[in-house]
Amino acid sequence: MSILTEAQAKAILDKVIAFSTADEISAQIGGGISGNVRFARNDISTSGIVDSTSLGVQVAFGKRVGTASINQFDDASLERVVRRAEDLARLAPENPEFMPAVAKQTYTPTDTYSAATAALTAEARAKIAEASILPCRERGLIAAGFLEDGASFFAHANSNGNFGYQQSTVADYTCTVRTEDGRGSGWVASNVQDVSELNAGDDVQIAMRKAAASVEAQALEPGKYTVILEPAAASGLISFMMNFFSARSADEGRSFLSKQGGGNKLGEQIMDPRVMIYTDPAHPGVPAMPWDDDGLPREKTMIIDAGKVANLQYSRYWANKQGKPETAGWGNTIMEGGTKSTSELIAGTDRGILVTRTWYIRMVDPQAVLLTGLTRDGTFYIENGQLKYPIKNFRFNESPVIMLNNIEELGRSVRVEDGSMMVPAMKLRDFTFTSLSDAV
Amino acid sequence: MDRRDFLALSTFFTGAALSPSIFGKAIAAEQLQDRIDIAVKKSLADAALAAATSAGASYCDVRVGRYLRQFVITRERNVENIVNTESTGTGVRVIADGAWGFAATDVMTEDAVAAAARQATAIAKANARIQTSAVQLAPTPGVGEVNWRTPIKKNAMEVPIADKVALLMDVNDSALNAGASFVNSLLFLVNEQKYFASTDGSYIDQDVHRIWAPITVTAVDTTTGKFRSREGLSAPMGLGWEYMDGRAEDKFVLSNGLTTYGMSYDMKEDAIAAANEAQAKLKAPSVKPGKYDLVLDPNHLGLTIHESVGHPLELDRVLGYEANYAGTSFATMDKRDEGFKYGSDIVNLFADKTQVGSLGAVGYDDEGVKTKRWDLIKDGVLVDYQTIRDQAHIVGKNESDGCCYADSWSSVQFQRMANVSLAPGKTKMSPEDMIAGVENGIYIAGRGSFSIDQQRYNAQFGGTVFYEIKNGKLGPMIEDVAYQMRTPEFWGSCSAICDETDYRMFGSFFDGKGQPSQISAVSHGSSTTRFDGINVINTARSLG
Repeated sequence: MSILTEAQAKAILDKVIAFSTADEISAQIGGGISGNVRFARNDISTSGIVDSTSLGVQVAFGKRVGTASINQFDDASLERVVRRAEDLARLAPENPEFMPAVAKQTYTPTDTYSAATAALTAEARAKIAEASILPCRERGLIAAGFLEDGASFFAHANSNGNFGYQQSTVADYTCTVRTEDGRGSGWVASNVQDVSELNAGDDVQIAMRKAAASVEAQALEPGKYTVILEPAAASGLISFMMNFFSARSADEGRSFLSKQGGGNKLGEQIMDPRVMIYTDPAHPGVPAMPWDDDGLPREKTMIIDAGKVANLQYSRYWANKQGKPETAGWGNTIMEGGTKSTSELIAGTDRGILVTRTWYIRMVDPQAVLLTGLTRDGTFYIENGQLKYPIKNFRFNESPVIMLNNIEELGRSVRVEDGSMMVPAMKLRDFTFTSLSDAV
Repeated sequence: MDRRDFLALSTFFTGAALSPSIFGKAIAAEQLQDRIDIAVKKSLADAALAAATSAGASYCDVRVGRYLRQFVITRERNVENIVNTESTGTGVRVIADGAWGFAATDVMTEDAVAAAARQATAIAKANARIQTSAVQLAPTPGVGEVNWRTPIKKNAMEVPIADKVALLMDVNDSALNAGASFVNSLLFLVNEQKYFASTDGSYIDQDVHRIWAPITVTAVDTTTGKFRSREGLSAPMGLGWEYMDGRAEDKFVLSNGLTTYGMSYDMKEDAIAAANEAQAKLKAPSVKPGKYDLVLDPNHLGLTIHESVGHPLELDRVLGYEANYAGTSFATMDKRDEGFKYGSDIVNLFADKTQVGSLGAVGYDDEGVKTKRWDLIKDGVLVDYQTIRDQAHIVGKNESDGCCYADSWSSVQFQRMANVSLAPGKTKMSPEDMIAGVENGIYIAGRGSFSIDQQRYNAQFGGTVFYEIKNGKLGPMIEDVAYQMRTPEFWGSCSAICDETDYRMFGSFFDGKGQPSQISAVSHGSSTTRFDGINVINTARSLG
């Protein structure tokens, strides 16, 4: 089926809704084409294409809900999927937390699509792999990396007359470069909506420089250090923390945002006043779909405002139970930064540690959002504003909440992770490293 | 394991059943018992094999897959969601001009799979242009038309939804009545109906079943602002509904009453224990950091085996194929050649794709290789790795180990961890016998947080419950425990392993690896095991 146009998608969804005999019905159709190329040991290792489209329907009789889906779109199949969902709904127990489908909404389209990405071919992917591999072959270094790109569409509708349709694209490139003796390793990542902004040949030079510069790593004692986390390193911890902004968990007393004695920390100062975190579907750096999973329209919302908790994430059920307005689930996260590049942050640092990347981050204690993980692929000691020498990797045990209370300076905010987040490089004091790792 | 997979699952928990997900499309319960006619699968496979060969492929394999999942998701006295999903389609992998190519389609017609075969061949040819060495496959005999099924006693997909809901409601009620503030319980059932065909002459039909019944019980003290959760002590298993029988012979009970489980699970009993222990955790003293002798329960040690033995002995990691994502391995090939001492003399670790009840058990892997058991670490010495057809020659093997797997018809198959297990001790010893010999130690059961570096040296593990051991006796519960380790030193400190009567399996549905990231289900067996002088840290931090 590949990419359906708005008219094609609407025609299918209208038919589906017309087939329903339930109290209400919501339907969505989505799909697309995703391609990838993976390389390692300076050769392409795997490469492929997947094309799929799926239609899902959810019907309700009172508070009994049934869900079914299908990947065929003739009239008989469309009717079958509706009947199947209705049968399941009749068998289901009542869900006391059931919320009726949203009313007709107005969405402001966001700019989530780039034609160049949708047009990428197997040959073009192979060329991106080649641009990463050839300079490494020439320099006696070893490249391993991955490019995945996709173009997709998504449409939803319900029996209240609500409808939305939008297309999106993304391309995600990562490359690790290692020295032949295995003593040095560097890494680079680039996530773009428009693949013409991706320049693997330039990007790989960063990983190559870090690989070559990270051999002869020295061991420092574990302890508390001033660190500069590059945006990719910081995002590992920040994105983890963002999963724990549920109002319900906070109100139930089982979140770092729960208040001693009951209630939540809405409005409380929990971080340095320079911390500003918000969500905005129209942000040009990380545009997100204009609606959430329930079909509520997303809008710009402060999450942390000058270090204070400005908003928590309410499900529709919890918002109604607590007498709060229904607000859409967040589609992206933007943490504001300053104007300096990572290099400028380094230049202003007497002593510290530069961290390229954080790895294998896991929750140790949800009470304090204490996370453990390791540095990886380029960790350097900074002295008098310069990278002095490479150091062995560290394990950290640190909370992003504590970390964002220990800010020295924030750098420029850039697009990271899977394209859903903007995070600055950050210079932090007293970052807690608890042990050394011999891993390169 | 991949955090994103956990997040995908948690999306399910919150009821976003309508969203497209990694588990495919939602279907009605009765369809979980359907099958695709084997003649249809063979005709699709033959169409792809013929199309690939005509397009110039020197090798082709086809996987026609129907992947079924059922979730019954509850919290407290509510059923949050019942979701049945199906994902059906065909993946075609070819070698052309010495390079791999892959394409997949969910359109189940001969024309569509033939088109995918031609597309895979075109991709292979595009990649071959910069390939320096041609793919080399270890020989695998064609086996003709064969089939295999997980030896289950009762298909969990056939158990009525009402019975499953009643079980979980009883479990949740029991936990709440025992003082829990919150309880989440879940049934997660898997059936992979997989058909494999290749130009080697194999047509293999397999029916694979798995079951998981996790619970999380939380206790909250609003006065102090403290909250603690105690996870269930079950393991996901390659079994049918008989796993939920909770048979007496499958229970392992310590002198303090702590009960863990083997080939079956008493979910209600564990929920009550979890409620009591979650409340006890709120008041348990914080551990004093330092060196301790650790006595590790199998449902805890399995994850440590997974991270510190299973992953570093995957040959693709050793060779650098995973360098950009999961990482490489400290256990390089020169170490195998030199007889590297991985652990103490009593440490024997083996890989096994045939063990009954394990998550990794199948008759044939996803490139048509018959499965087997083999040694990885013998008497403490590194002797072998886990490999598949296109890498076997690099370590001087002339056959694959049969551990190739894809998590979907739409994913390309690659090397995945076999069940890697620690052989039981050869002399009679129970956990109580082991504890009696420990002066200053900690007993740890169940999984907690886990993290290991990209070469599998430095790791940190938490657990579910911790008990002090003093002068040979189990003492009170303690909290905030995590141990940090360096892999060879950790296994070198292994001083005792209980005998085979204590052997049981840990498991995970979510071993993550590869790009695009794929999940795999794997078990790790062991008996209770002792490690001496391990560094324990205190993980308590305050937000002020």
